[in-house]
Amino acid sequence: MSVISTDELTTPGLGGGLRDIKQSSFLLKLLVRKELKVRYRGSVLGLLWSYVKPGVQFIVFYVALGIFLGLERSPKNPDGLANYAVYLFSGIVLINFFSEALGNAARSIVMNGNLIKKIYLPRELFPVASVWVSAVHFFPQLVVLVVGCVFAGWHPNVIQLLAAVAGFIIVALLATGLGLLFGSANVYFRDSENLVDMLLMIATWASPVMYAWSMVEQKLGSTVFAIYQANPITIGVELFHYAFWYPTTDGAAAMPPNLFGLWLPVGLVVAVVIVVLGQYTFRRLEGRFAQEL
Amino acid sequence: MVTAIEVSNISKQFVLRHTRSLKEAVVWLAKGRKGDLSEKFHALKNVSVEVQAGETVALLGLNGSGKSTLLKHISGVMLPDTGTVKTRGRVAGLIEVGAGFHPDLSGRDNVYLNGAILGMTEQQVNDRFDEIVEFSEIGQFIDTEVKFYSSGMYLRLAFSVAVHTDPEVFLIDEILAVGDEPFQRKCIDKIQELARDGKTLVVVSHDLDLVSRICERGILLEHGNVKFDGSIHDAVAILRS
Repeated sequence: MSVISTDELTTPGLGGGLRDIKQSSFLLKLLVRKELKVRYRGSVLGLLWSYVKPGVQFIVFYVALGIFLGLERSPKNPDGLANYAVYLFSGIVLINFFSEALGNAARSIVMNGNLIKKIYLPRELFPVASVWVSAVHFFPQLVVLVVGCVFAGWHPNVIQLLAAVAGFIIVALLATGLGLLFGSANVYFRDSENLVDMLLMIATWASPVMYAWSMVEQKLGSTVFAIYQANPITIGVELFHYAFWYPTTDGAAAMPPNLFGLWLPVGLVVAVVIVVLGQYTFRRLEGRFAQEL
Repeated sequence: MVTAIEVSNISKQFVLRHTRSLKEAVVWLAKGRKGDLSEKFHALKNVSVEVQAGETVALLGLNGSGKSTLLKHISGVMLPDTGTVKTRGRVAGLIEVGAGFHPDLSGRDNVYLNGAILGMTEQQVNDRFDEIVEFSEIGQFIDTEVKFYSSGMYLRLAFSVAVHTDPEVFLIDEILAVGDEPFQRKCIDKIQELARDGKTLVVVSHDLDLVSRICERGILLEHGNVKFDGSIHDAVAILRS
């Protein structure tokens, strides 16, 4: 809650949207800390689950796709991707971050319904806190990724590291925007969270996490590929490949054309537009949260 | 006198939706849109209330008369369909104590979390932490998870956080039945102390004897209308008659 000057009459219940988050940073911090504490309560492995789950997921995909379906380069399969394990894992960590962030953000308003019904506070805090929590869970996976990269002969330059930051920002913005959109819609229609689950399943396959981007262009032509490329998650994943996978290879693999000149700005713009759209929808709907929850 | 709360001509209608399923909607369309898919309910009709700073006001009425809805409009949790609500200074609601409590967190964490939810800054919580714990009489259990608290302890801690938030306008919804007799007396003393300090209080309660002790003014609501607005004793007398 913002500090209101005592001299004026003000209308309660009208927040400033995402701008209020800055004033409520203390509350945001506590909400994030609460989620982190509560997440793995009563489990033996605790935070280790944040490593175990993506680890197992990685092994399953690696064996099925890399070995059985032949995406990994080997003496018998020279057309495969070099260091497929790194390629796969760098995409998986980002898509996991996105899935967790959006999945939880979409449920956050309904989950905190008890509070929202009784006390006024900037409700944007809940989706934003979900994204923060996911970012904290993303960190250990990133550490595992970096360790793996180092073993694979990683030698990044500054631009490649900045590419990873840019990819993360694009995906985080997208998750926030969609989280606001689906989180507020979920109050009125619980279909929203199921829709999100479906979208997340699609998102994993609609970006080059498991396969190479060049396959899309070969099979579907350049027009479809342009649409495919405009997906901010695709751009984020490619930026992560450029940062983590590309510096472990001999540099012979081609990166998508115009990744920096065109697609990075496109990804940022799309993500920002989604945030604005999500915020707009959220503000239109939040007035009736208390009575609908 | 300064106006603390200004409620002008607010109306609120709730839609009691029977269903949102596609099937029902199709059936309804197929039957030629007979009947109404949703039922409407007027919780507040053209209510106007003005409260001066430092006043102690009780909202009275039977169940479903719109008391809590009015309180939620003042706190900003709900927005009116028509009319305006304006408040001066920070408004804090003791609307159901412990709404922001999480059972798996310790008492200490919950004090911070709930304090922040009620609009306190980090500095304020730090400064008042000892006072909050002392008032709640929780003592050594402050670092125990609140799910192990007895319901009395739970309410005492929650109430203690709420009264220490120090807002200009206090909204209290049916929470005066807190804890055992001595603690209840302590809460009422605290509330009276707040009133003496010039805080504005708006109380919703069915405990008529209690509100007559705390409040000076009574507003009687009936089916979403203001039926009476005047001294608390007259309001209680009308409600009881």
